[in-house]
Amino acid sequence: MTLILGRKKGMTQLFAEDGTVTGVTVVEAGPCVVTQVRTDEVDGYHAEQLGFEDVRDRVTTKPLRGHAQKAGTAPKRFLREERLAAASGRSVGDTITAEIFQDGDLVDVTGTTKGRGFAGTIKRHGFSRGNETHGSMNVREPGAIGCSAYPSRTIKGKRMSGHYGAKRHTTKNLEVMRVDTERGLLFLKGAIPGPNGGFVQVRTARTGVKKG
Amino acid sequence: MDLIQQIEQELGKKHLPAVHVGDTVEVHYQIREGEKERIQLFVGTIISIKGRGIRRTATVRRIVQGEGVERVFPIHSPRVKDVVVTRRGDVRRAKLYYLRDRVGKKTRVKELLGEKVRRDRDAEKARRAAVAAEEAATPEEGAE
Repeated sequence: MTLILGRKKGMTQLFAEDGTVTGVTVVEAGPCVVTQVRTDEVDGYHAEQLGFEDVRDRVTTKPLRGHAQKAGTAPKRFLREERLAAASGRSVGDTITAEIFQDGDLVDVTGTTKGRGFAGTIKRHGFSRGNETHGSMNVREPGAIGCSAYPSRTIKGKRMSGHYGAKRHTTKNLEVMRVDTERGLLFLKGAIPGPNGGFVQVRTARTGVKKG
Repeated sequence: MDLIQQIEQELGKKHLPAVHVGDTVEVHYQIREGEKERIQLFVGTIISIKGRGIRRTATVRRIVQGEGVERVFPIHSPRVKDVVVTRRGDVRRAKLYYLRDRVGKKTRVKELLGEKVRRDRDAEKARRAAVAAEEAATPEEGAE
């Protein structure tokens, strides 16, 4: 398992030799710095904490400045931990770049989805819409939400309108189409969560089943 | 510049043929017949150009045996080897979808003439000559 932190930059497409077009998402991945190494003896589990993107001293807190100082780097904007089965051999202060991935690797990408605010059932749960014409007054309404005298209440967990998006989401098993080591870019097949410019975590796919 | 725009510029073709909506063009499209590769010509009128950067496509319409045929070409595709403009069109619309409802003589597009067209044509000719000369200088890269 390897983790790298980055920012989603946007989508584009790649042409293969035979003219096949693949939609790809460009991720600015790394360079990340190992800011902390957790070990079984001290913390009860093995893990590595990575930091991505420098941030000015003025906007960080004193504890975070001290934390970064231990790794000998500037304070970081985005810190995330990667749980490991055993110690990886990397030590605090090491840098990780996009080169840890190769063409054809499968990755899982975790990010925060775009916030959609208070959304109706059509957008939020994919309910179907009613007629707009023929005297129908039920266009985007959810319809019936339960039975009558029995049980005289709405069943818990009934899908309704509410806040949608801005939630952690993982898109699994995306193929790495290309790695630009010069600029530290990963080209991932398909879409990933979040807006352009959003922080993402890219890690080796857990299940590793290639998407058709 | 925006990173995505920059990437698209690097990945896409360096020189795109100057095509416009309404132009009559020959699209040189590489097709596969079993094992063999050959260039097929698709001659028709451009009725729509869509997309930005590397996603740009051109819809070419022609009449085959009285039946309208349209093909959408991603113009940055490596399969599209060349696009030759044979006739410029004088049109006042960005999309010529109205041609779909027309038959016979009415499907014609007025030709664009004038000093600018001549200048564009000469510039295109000069560019092609320059590219050809460059390819002649480096034959390995030119041969595909």
